[in-house]
Amino acid sequence: MLAVNELLQQVANGLAKGSVYALIAVGYTMVYGVLELINFAHGEVFMLGAYFGYWPARWLGYMPDSGEKPQVPAPVALLLTFGAMAACALIGVLVERLAYRPLRNAGRLSALITAIGISVLMQNLALVVFHADSKDFPRMIDQQSVVLGPVELPNTKLLIIGVTALMMAGLFWMVRYTRTGAAMRACSHSMKTASLMGVNVNRIISLTFAIGSAMAAVAGVLISLDQPRLTPLMGLMPGLKAFVAAVLGGIGSIPGAVAGGILLGVVESVVGGVAGTTYSEAVAFVLLILILLVRPSGLFGKSGREKV
Amino acid sequence: MALLEIEHVDVFYGAVQALRSVSLRVEQGEVVSLVGSNGAGKTTTLNAICGLVRPRAGDVRFDGQSIARVPTHELVRRGLVMAPEGRGIFPNLTVAENLDLGAYSRRDHGAVKTDLDRVLALFPRLNERMRQKGGTLSGGEQQMLAIGRALMSRPKLLLLDEPSLGLAPLLVKVIFDTIDAINREGVTVLLVEQNANAALKHSKRAYVLESGSIALEGDASQLRDDPAVKAAYLGE
Ligand SMILES: Nc1ncnc2c1ncn2[C@@H]1O[C@H](COP(=O)(O)OP(=O)(O)OP(=O)(O)O)[C@@H](O)[C@H]1O
Ligand SMILES: [Mg+2]
Repeated sequence: MLAVNELLQQVANGLAKGSVYALIAVGYTMVYGVLELINFAHGEVFMLGAYFGYWPARWLGYMPDSGEKPQVPAPVALLLTFGAMAACALIGVLVERLAYRPLRNAGRLSALITAIGISVLMQNLALVVFHADSKDFPRMIDQQSVVLGPVELPNTKLLIIGVTALMMAGLFWMVRYTRTGAAMRACSHSMKTASLMGVNVNRIISLTFAIGSAMAAVAGVLISLDQPRLTPLMGLMPGLKAFVAAVLGGIGSIPGAVAGGILLGVVESVVGGVAGTTYSEAVAFVLLILILLVRPSGLFGKSGREKV
Repeated sequence: MALLEIEHVDVFYGAVQALRSVSLRVEQGEVVSLVGSNGAGKTTTLNAICGLVRPRAGDVRFDGQSIARVPTHELVRRGLVMAPEGRGIFPNLTVAENLDLGAYSRRDHGAVKTDLDRVLALFPRLNERMRQKGGTLSGGEQQMLAIGRALMSRPKLLLLDEPSLGLAPLLVKVIFDTIDAINREGVTVLLVEQNANAALKHSKRAYVLESGSIALEGDASQLRDDPAVKAAYLGE
């Protein structure tokens, strides 16, 4: 009985972890869906999201400390999140505009190399601007434990799961039921044909980057609830794992990215609980190799051209 | 002043020249067809009109204004719309969504609804398949969807690239009758066809394209009697 409870507890922890992966993974998958480009700078946008939440909080006078009391009132935390989303959206749009758009017809390899270059550039800019020493995000909520049947989760993790669910519902609705969402799906099939419908393809691409980056910013602020330590390299591993999650789910598919993220988070947690965290770090790559061997198009991947 | 005027347009793909000094015009209210064999440059001509390829030389004017640098999506807003070769429907979108995207640049939602009813009256088969994914339609239904979708933008000038390609004779007739009907409602049509016989029958004037140049032009009825045209394109 104990073992089952332990397992359920790890699954619950994994949901929170996986939520963060999922939030980042949708950015990879949406950009890939439209441009067939792996935006390797996306993990850095997540990192920037955390800092864009952190710095205004500090400017407003909220100090990090180890106490349990919240230092940032909820409405301010919400505003900080919106601010980080807007700032990251702008950065995502600028990166596409300045780095990827000029190379749009230059072939995939050039774009890939550029993406890696932008990623390294952003890491190093962050090192210069934010400094290498870690920063602690001021506490945003009063930390409590919540008992849910057999499992017990800190309210921070529940908040991460809840906000992610809300964001995903909003994204699904937008892509599925609005004309703009239909235009995004149309662009992911053929930009040329979409332009024949009167769709301004460049605007849709900018929007795709903006949405993906804003979701990554939310992930950056949310993870600070759970792991408040910020460093300029904090985007590296979550970025890489979210990319693996997107491939797991079938890159190009939004439901796939969500499923891949959750799956990765849960398996990591369970493996971490059973075998120790040393092994959990390898889970992403083992899963990646497995899926590439068994079902290279990913869980939700289609053989056809439907991507977003 | 013609609705569409193309003057001395050259188009290159890399070093290969696909169009050589092509000139043609389409007057308001006409159906004009552009015929020619495979690789003659028909699709390239249409693409050059709607901005999918850019001429290296020459000018394209629509409604009196040069459009050689106007982006494709902006031309749709101005009333110049193409139903592309191979139909170009979105297989991952439903029939309803495909039709709605046709009206993407319009804000007059009430009129869009009326136009949807008109399109569905023109193609009742689509009405039964509104919730179906575009990719699951038959070839003929996809062609109806492509034309219907183009009409949803309320075009002044409709460019059709081989609308009858691959369709059974009965459906070919439906498509050409529809072109007549659309034209009667005031839409000007530039029609590209390999089925030169039907195209000439249903248009007022025509151009014959050969290896990237206009070889012949004139009244459609006249071209149908031209021995050279008969031999090369009408299979007589
Ligand atoms: N994207 C391209 N790159 C290079 N060459 C091209 C391209 N598109 C067309 N061509 C060439 O330009 C010429 C004209 O092609 P186009 O597609 O306009 O012919 P078409 O008259 O529409 O033929 P079809 O009846 O087969 O559709 C052909 O020789 C073709 O090979
Ligand atoms: Mg063609």
